[in-house]
Amino acid sequence: MRRAYFKFSWIAAALLAPQLLIIFVFFYWPSAQALYWAFTLEQPWGGGNTWVGFDNFRNVLSDPYYWGSVRVSVIYALATTVLAMTMALTLAIFVDRQLSGYKAYRVAIIWPYAVAAPAVGLAFQFVFNPGAGIFSYINTIAPGWWDLSKYPWQAVTAIVVAGAWKQVAYSFVFFLAALQSIPRSLTEAAAMDGARPLRRMVDLQLPLLTPTFFFLLVINITDSFTDSFGIVDTLTGGGPFRATDLMVYKIYADGFRGFDYSGAAAQSIILMLLVMALTFVQFRYVEKRVHYT
Amino acid sequence: MTQRLAAAALVLAATAGSASAEKIKFEYWYGLTGDLGAVVAETCNRFNASQDQFEAVCVGQDGYEKAVQNTIAAFRAGKHPTLLQSFDAGTADLMLSGEFYPVTQLMADTGVTVDWTDYFPGIANYYSSKSGEFFSMPWNSSTPVYYFNKDHFAKAGITEAPVTWEGMEEAFKALKASGQACSLAYAPSSWIDLEQFSMAHNIPVASNNNGYDGLDTELLFNTTLHVQHMENIQRWITEGYALLRTQAAGKTSRDSFVEGECSVFFSSIADHNTIHKLTPAFGWDVQIIPTYEGVERHNTVVGGASLWVLAGKTEDEYKAAASYLAFLATKPEQQFLLENTGYIPVTKSTYEALLAEGFYAKAPYLNRDIAMKSLTYTEPTELTRGIRLGGMIQIRSEWQSEVEAALAGQKTMKEALDNAVSRGNDQLTRFAQTYAGKSFP
Repeated sequence: MRRAYFKFSWIAAALLAPQLLIIFVFFYWPSAQALYWAFTLEQPWGGGNTWVGFDNFRNVLSDPYYWGSVRVSVIYALATTVLAMTMALTLAIFVDRQLSGYKAYRVAIIWPYAVAAPAVGLAFQFVFNPGAGIFSYINTIAPGWWDLSKYPWQAVTAIVVAGAWKQVAYSFVFFLAALQSIPRSLTEAAAMDGARPLRRMVDLQLPLLTPTFFFLLVINITDSFTDSFGIVDTLTGGGPFRATDLMVYKIYADGFRGFDYSGAAAQSIILMLLVMALTFVQFRYVEKRVHYT
Repeated sequence: MTQRLAAAALVLAATAGSASAEKIKFEYWYGLTGDLGAVVAETCNRFNASQDQFEAVCVGQDGYEKAVQNTIAAFRAGKHPTLLQSFDAGTADLMLSGEFYPVTQLMADTGVTVDWTDYFPGIANYYSSKSGEFFSMPWNSSTPVYYFNKDHFAKAGITEAPVTWEGMEEAFKALKASGQACSLAYAPSSWIDLEQFSMAHNIPVASNNNGYDGLDTELLFNTTLHVQHMENIQRWITEGYALLRTQAAGKTSRDSFVEGECSVFFSSIADHNTIHKLTPAFGWDVQIIPTYEGVERHNTVVGGASLWVLAGKTEDEYKAAASYLAFLATKPEQQFLLENTGYIPVTKSTYEALLAEGFYAKAPYLNRDIAMKSLTYTEPTELTRGIRLGGMIQIRSEWQSEVEAALAGQKTMKEALDNAVSRGNDQLTRFAQTYAGKSFP
C-alpha cells in the first residue's frame, strides 16, 4: 500500500486547531470524564466520589436485564439499518429513473431527516396508539390484538419502523447522489446491449454503489445505537417491561433520571466500545468487498 | 462626536445599572408544566407586584425530573438558582449532599417569622429532619384519593362509597350486576399502590423505619399486605372488574373515567380540578383510599413538591427567596393556588379559615378536603411519616416494570415483587456505598 507523507506546516496546524479544539472539548474531554466516573461512585451534587475499580462494570455486566438491553439494541440497529437502506435505495432508484412527479418526491423525501427524533416518536404515537391511532382500526376488528403496552414484539416493531422512517431520508440523499454520478454513457451502453432496467440495476448500478452502501451501513448502524433515544422516550418509554430499553435509553434513565452517574458512565463506555468494535468489524470484513474506482 | 457618543453610552449604562440595582433578584426554577406551570409563573408576578424590594425570576424547567437534573448540572457549574421546586423522589441525594439551606434556618437568619407548628403534621414530618427542622418549604401538596361515578354507583344501588377494599370488591360486583362492564380503570402507580397504601395500613415499605434511621436499608414490601393487595388487583383484572388503562395501552385511567367507561379510578387529589374542567357528563365525587378490614387506618402522606433553597448564593438572594416563600405561605396565596389547581392547603389556619367560609361545601371544591381527612387521619407514626430512600426513582421504575410484567402474565405477582425488591436493594446498596458514613439529617 502506498503511503503519503506531508511536511509539518504551521499554517496547516493553525487551520486544523479550531476543529481539533472542538473535538477535544466536546468529545475527548467528556469521554475522559466518563471513563473516570465509570471507576468511581460519583455523588450527583458534587461532594466527592469513591474509587471502586471495576465494580460498576461488574454490576452492569452481571445484570441479566442489561444483556436484554444489549440484545434489543442490536436487533434495533440491524433492523432499522436494513429497513431504512432498502427503502432509501428503492426510492432513490425510482427518482433516478425520473418516474412522474420525481421532482416533488426528491424534495419531500429529504424532509423527515430534519424532524427531531422526539417529534418522530410523537408522530408515530398517533400511528401506533392502540386506542386512538391508525393501528387502533386493527383493534376494532380483533379487539386487544394490537397493544404496545402488552406485547414486546409490537413495541420493538414500532420503534424500528419509526427509527427507519427517520433514517430513510439521509440514506436516500446519498444513494441518489451516487446513482446520479454513475456516467450516463455506461447505462446507455448497457441499454444498447439489450440490458433491461432490472438487469442494469443488478449488474451495473449496484456494484458501482458499494462505496456509498458501505458508508451508509457504518453511519446507519452507529446512528441507530446512539440516536434512538428520542424515539424510545416518546413512543414506548422503554416498555413494556423493559422490552424496548435500548442501551442509550437505559443510560439516560439510570444517569439522568436516577442520578446514578457512575453506573451510566460505565454503560456509556461499554456502548462506545461496542460501537467501535462493530465499526472495526465492518471496516475489516465488509470493506474488503467494496470496490472504489 | 465619538467622544460625545461614548459619554452618552456611559450615562446610559450607568442609569441602566442603577435601575436594575433597585430590586434584588433571585432565580427560581420550577418543574410544573402546562396550566400548573402558568399558575407558578402567576405567583411570581403576584409576588413582584406585591412589593418593590425583590424580584423573583421564575424559569419553568419542563417537569420535576428535568428541574432537578438541570439544577444539578447548573450547580456543578456554579450557576444554579436560589430556589428549586423538587419532587420527593428527587431529594434523597440533595439531603445527603448538604448543599441546601434548611428553610427553618433561612427564615430565622433573615428574620422572617413563620409559625412552623401551623403546618399539618403529615406535611411537616415529610419535609423536615428528625429534629423537626424544615428542610424545604411545603407548597403544592396533594395525597391520593379515588374518584367515582355517582350515576353508576346509584344505578348499582351503592349508597356509600366504600372505604374498605372488601367493600370495594362488593361494589365492583354490584356494578357488574348492574350492567357496568368496567368498574376500575387501573394504572399501576408505585406512589398509590405501594407507598400510600403502606402508609394507610401502617406497614413498612423498607427497613430502618422506611429508611429514616440509616442507609443500610432493605426493602420489605414483598413481605407485607402489599403483596396480597397487588394479587387482588391482578385478580380483579382477570375476573373482568378492572381494565388496565395507561398511556401506553392507548387511554389513561383518567380519560377512561371521564368518558364514563370505568366507574372508579385512583389518582392524586390534584386531578380534582382537571376533572372538573373536563366536565364529565355524569355526577362524580371523591373518597378516601380504602384500607383492608381488620387493619387500623392511618394517615397518608403528602405528595407533590416542595421548594428547596440551595447553598452557595448571596445573603441578598436569600433574603429575597425568604420573602417569596413567606409570601406563598400566606392565606390569600394558598387560596390562589387551591382555586387554580387541585392542591390542598398546607397550614391548619388556612384550612380552618376556608372551612369557616364554606369553601369546601360548594362546587367546584366540594369534598376536595377528603384529602385533608386522609392526611390527618392519625398522627404520623414511625412508619407513616414518609419514606427516605436513595435511588427512589429507580426503585419506583423497577416496581413499575415488574408489576407490568406480572399483569401481562409473564410471571406471578409474588415473583415480580420479589424481583423488584432484590433489584431495588441493589440500588440501595449502591446509594449507601456512594454516601458511605453519612446518614439522613
